Amino acid sequence: MKPAAFDYIRADSAEETVALLRQYGDDAKILAGGQSLMAMLNIRLAQPKILVDISRCEQLNYARIDHGKLVIGAAATQASIEWRANLAQEVPLLKLAIPWISHFQVRNHGTVCGSVAHADPSAELPLCLTALQGEVVLRSHAGRRVLKADDFFQGMLTTAIRQGEIIEEVRFPLQDKNARYAFEEVSIRHGDFALVAVAAVVTPDSIDLTIGGVSDRARRLTLPKITGSDLDDAINDFAWELDAQSDTHATAQYRRHLVRELGRKLINGLMQ
Amino acid sequence: MNDISFHPDRAKADSAHIGRPALRVEDAALLSGRANYADDQGVKPGTVYAAILRSPHAHAEIASIDSAAALKMPGVRAVLTGADVKSWATPFAVGVRQPMEHWCMAIERVRYVGEPVAVVMAESRYLAEDALDAIKVEYRTLSAVVDPEAAAEASAPVLHEAVGSNVVNDRHFRYGDPEAAFAAAAHTVRLKVHYPRNSCTPIECFVVVAEHLPGDDGYDVFSNFQGPFALHPVMARALKVTGARLRLRSPRDSGGSFGVKQGVSTYIVLLCLASRKAGAPVKWVEDRLEHLQASVSATNRVTTLEAAVQPDGEILALRYDQIDDCGAYLRAPEPATFYRMHGSLTGAYKVRNLEVHNRVVLTNKTPSGLVRGFGGPQVYFALERLIQHIAVELRLDPLAVIERNLIEADTFPYRAPAGALLDSGDYQQAIAMAREQGGLAELLARRDQARAEGRLYGIGYAAIVEPSISNMGYITTALTAEERARAGPKNGASASATVSVDALGSVSVVIDSVPQGQGHRTVTAQVVADALGLNPPDIVVNAELDTQKDAWSIAAGNYSSRFAGAVAGTVHLAAVKVRDKLAVIAADMLGCSPKQIAFAKGKIFSLERPEEKLPFHRVAGATHWSPGMLPRGMTTGLRETVFWSPPQLVAPDENDVINSSGVYGFVFDICALEVDRATGKVRIDRYVSAHDAGRILNPALADGQIRGAFAQGLGAALMEEFVYGSDGSFLSGTFADYLVPTTCEVPELQILHMETPSPFTPLGSKGLGEGNNMSTPVCIGNALADALGKSDIVLPMTPSKIHALMALADPPPRKPRTGAPAQLPAGGHGLNMAGAVDLAASPEQVFAVLLDPDALSRVIPGCHALTRTGENRYRADVTIGIGLVKARYAAEVSLSELDPPNSLSLGGSGISAFGSASGAGKVRLEPAGSGTRLHYDYSVAVSGKVAAVGGRMLEGAAKIILRQLFEQLGRQAAGGEAAGAASTSLSWWRKLTNALKDAK
Repeated sequence: MKPAAFDYIRADSAEETVALLRQYGDDAKILAGGQSLMAMLNIRLAQPKILVDISRCEQLNYARIDHGKLVIGAAATQASIEWRANLAQEVPLLKLAIPWISHFQVRNHGTVCGSVAHADPSAELPLCLTALQGEVVLRSHAGRRVLKADDFFQGMLTTAIRQGEIIEEVRFPLQDKNARYAFEEVSIRHGDFALVAVAAVVTPDSIDLTIGGVSDRARRLTLPKITGSDLDDAINDFAWELDAQSDTHATAQYRRHLVRELGRKLINGLMQ
Repeated sequence: MNDISFHPDRAKADSAHIGRPALRVEDAALLSGRANYADDQGVKPGTVYAAILRSPHAHAEIASIDSAAALKMPGVRAVLTGADVKSWATPFAVGVRQPMEHWCMAIERVRYVGEPVAVVMAESRYLAEDALDAIKVEYRTLSAVVDPEAAAEASAPVLHEAVGSNVVNDRHFRYGDPEAAFAAAAHTVRLKVHYPRNSCTPIECFVVVAEHLPGDDGYDVFSNFQGPFALHPVMARALKVTGARLRLRSPRDSGGSFGVKQGVSTYIVLLCLASRKAGAPVKWVEDRLEHLQASVSATNRVTTLEAAVQPDGEILALRYDQIDDCGAYLRAPEPATFYRMHGSLTGAYKVRNLEVHNRVVLTNKTPSGLVRGFGGPQVYFALERLIQHIAVELRLDPLAVIERNLIEADTFPYRAPAGALLDSGDYQQAIAMAREQGGLAELLARRDQARAEGRLYGIGYAAIVEPSISNMGYITTALTAEERARAGPKNGASASATVSVDALGSVSVVIDSVPQGQGHRTVTAQVVADALGLNPPDIVVNAELDTQKDAWSIAAGNYSSRFAGAVAGTVHLAAVKVRDKLAVIAADMLGCSPKQIAFAKGKIFSLERPEEKLPFHRVAGATHWSPGMLPRGMTTGLRETVFWSPPQLVAPDENDVINSSGVYGFVFDICALEVDRATGKVRIDRYVSAHDAGRILNPALADGQIRGAFAQGLGAALMEEFVYGSDGSFLSGTFADYLVPTTCEVPELQILHMETPSPFTPLGSKGLGEGNNMSTPVCIGNALADALGKSDIVLPMTPSKIHALMALADPPPRKPRTGAPAQLPAGGHGLNMAGAVDLAASPEQVFAVLLDPDALSRVIPGCHALTRTGENRYRADVTIGIGLVKARYAAEVSLSELDPPNSLSLGGSGISAFGSASGAGKVRLEPAGSGTRLHYDYSVAVSGKVAAVGGRMLEGAAKIILRQLFEQLGRQAAGGEAAGAASTSLSWWRKLTNALKDAK
């Protein structure tokens, strides 16, 4: 369990990072927190020739409020966001969801943008970004482009990132004062990949339900303000649309059950 | 040698240190980062590092191995293959009489995923792993069999053709008159249960440093092998050297074993041969993937157990039908999983009639072996589940059924029908203690209240006998009496200990227990300090075993909870021998009788004149400094070695009566838990574990053992399993797949003790390190059966399985879904997928693409080259992957059952550094408007590394790749997009590789 040989370059700025990506093309991969990549390197599932380490790039290590959004730079760790003094007021869903990410040791290293780039179907941060309809800022030597979460995530471990691009930052909309937020997930042990993860956002006239761990990416359902059996039926239809898969830990049927149970529980809790 | 008299009562009266929670002497090094684990040991200059190429297939013939390219790689010294092994070694000895060969590496055929196929030796592990991918192995795959009941069928693929069957041992046993008892009983209650494959996963994996010595000097091995050293002769014979020419040494510290490091033995032989091939010492450190997929697994078992029961719950007879799945090879000491427990199959119960049918079956899985609790979890999961089931069937209280059948306290030592001589105990008192101190009445009231509120609350019990100090002869119970007579009797359980006193009067002790973290050095010092009137810090204990220098016998090692009963007792006997010699010298100096000599606080004195004290070092020093002054006839020096074996451990008799262990403790557990109706998750409300292990030597260490075993038992009950696909692929290759409980998941447990000293061990102690591995899985299982009102408890009881047992509705959507993939059967691990894709081309156009190699090459995802090898058969070079994960496969693609333009079969199979992958299925084309609806029905098999570590995403990944294949087919067939199709294919790949960009 030793990685194949690679060259390691520490980038100290975003400019240097995109220049390196331009220079090395497909051979280069970004290393930020390393919480997924290092394991894949060691087991040789990924064998990049060059690692560009941005974890100590101070220029990309930021989180700030800007134009109604919490903007998180590529080198900011999950822990640094978790412990923001006002996170519960800024982006309540993140406050609820981040503690579900593995264990604190992982959050101390893992980055917010890294998790978004990895696009694991069970991961909490892509789910939150999808639920809140946040944005991803992609930067290359040619400039920047901004994608909505729905356009960014394309499937299991698959995103709209093009060759030469890095996620420079992600943007989470700040709390909507009229909305209420809830998050919960089920895994066998605390910190495991979610069997099902659910975020709910309820406003005076709509219900948003976003599910992770079931489909190839987090999927969002927007409903009018309905209740009772109408709501149950809508959630059940959604549970089927997610096309749940079975693996060694959970059957598709159990995942559908959890979507129904958690979806109903979270939404009803928010509507009370 | 059993002629040494001992006096447990006297030892107890003397104890200033035994029985106290002394701090562990091991911990200063462990906690300050200065431990000396196997991997910490320096190696000789010139040592090379090994990496092992392993089979991605569960069952295949090896057509060829080509290591030429690997040998040309930088830093690569040598490659060991089956041909070398065949010329230098012999197969391992096997515990049953069958013509099947188990070598240290695959010879001509692989029989499980992860089986070693070649070993690369290079200047670093990195370079060795680089070279693994360059070894080309051609396999011809064979059908695999995974399920033990299926493997026992005559139609099953046979693993060892010379045997002709996968049932390699089949024995019937009968004790008492079971037929009459079943005929007489009011009820027959039956339960069929499955015990899964699991393990106890030490933090430290296997380590071997092996050196082939010059000339005919044999082999020198430093490894974290833990015993039993009955495997030393097995290894020496496999290497074709005498025992003395296979020197095994063990390190001071261990990162855990739990029995599993018994499995290092096969790698010791492999690495000895690797050293011979490389002409240099070789070091190998097993990694986690290797460990999970191919080290050791607990034996999975299928048991059908029947009881002849009277209306009041009295059990008149038991009838076991057991199938043990030992994996691909019967690796020594298997089939010991059966026979360790054989004498005590009636558990804590006074059942006198017993019938047993044991079958040992081989399947295409990793060989089984020692895992903490060895044999116990399998037996008790059947027996104690049956007790609970009897209570349900007869509407009795499960605890009343237990109590109705318990062995009476005044009947010890009690001879169980199959031969266990239960040495001591008071099971009724232990249960009363647990009931009262564990607050059972309160728990029953909580259950009533919870149920009244509609919650799922259950209480389970387990009453188990915990054997320790294995009889080296029990394994021969697998043979018939005639076969045993020919082989000669085997029995006993020799422990050895050496106590030395040097010229300055300081004491050192060498023991044969090869500790794996339990604290044996601490307890040994307590025992010797008591015998010699010293303090534990005065005693230095060395537990590193060296087979060329230390006293040891075949029973040496760390297993069967033998330390407290056998090893600590033998230490006591050796210390007493030293004491007796010192008493003679001191009596001579003090002018009194040796019988009057006493030892206390570092002084030696006569009880008659206690004011006249001799310093301990002065008396001991006399044996070194002034041997001429010793009493007449006394030998010089002060070093005593004692071998001890319990005389009760005799060989199985002609009726297969076997006292399988030296002593037997008792455990009674109560588990109260609640199941969340919404999620199926389990919350343990309270867990009470009451133990009687005879005399407790160090209560802090005893409780530590119980906590550890409980955590592992909880893991076995709720989350841990080595999962295999139906094709034999291994699916639990990481700690994200094989789930071990962490501190978050392990509740506090209430531990209770009582002490009924054993009359059979020198200090009255018994083992207690494995009890909860045996009791906790079934106790939690019984509580779940109670909570859910179900009998079909299949471990591990994950939330998904509990959900399935609750049998809740899965309401369909309001509108039936079109084109939706067929739903898989619950819990299926096989990747069967079906679906439909709409293509913008006619069926004829689609068919034309499939028959055109150029077009086909543009359709297959990641295809670099496609070469025709026959009619509708191609060789393809493809890179397949999702996101970060990609590998280049050498693949075969074939089209068959062509029915243009309606249907065909399209299949492919390939091999890469990730392992093997294949897909086969039917494609059906149906006109739909101006286009085609393509229906596919595929079975996909993935084996090797990517299956072991990527199970969570396999189904999704396979779907993506299939969908890409068919969508690309549509684009290609739509025509006018020929150029565009190629670029689309490229952009598909670009997208994948781009996904790697920012992955962190």
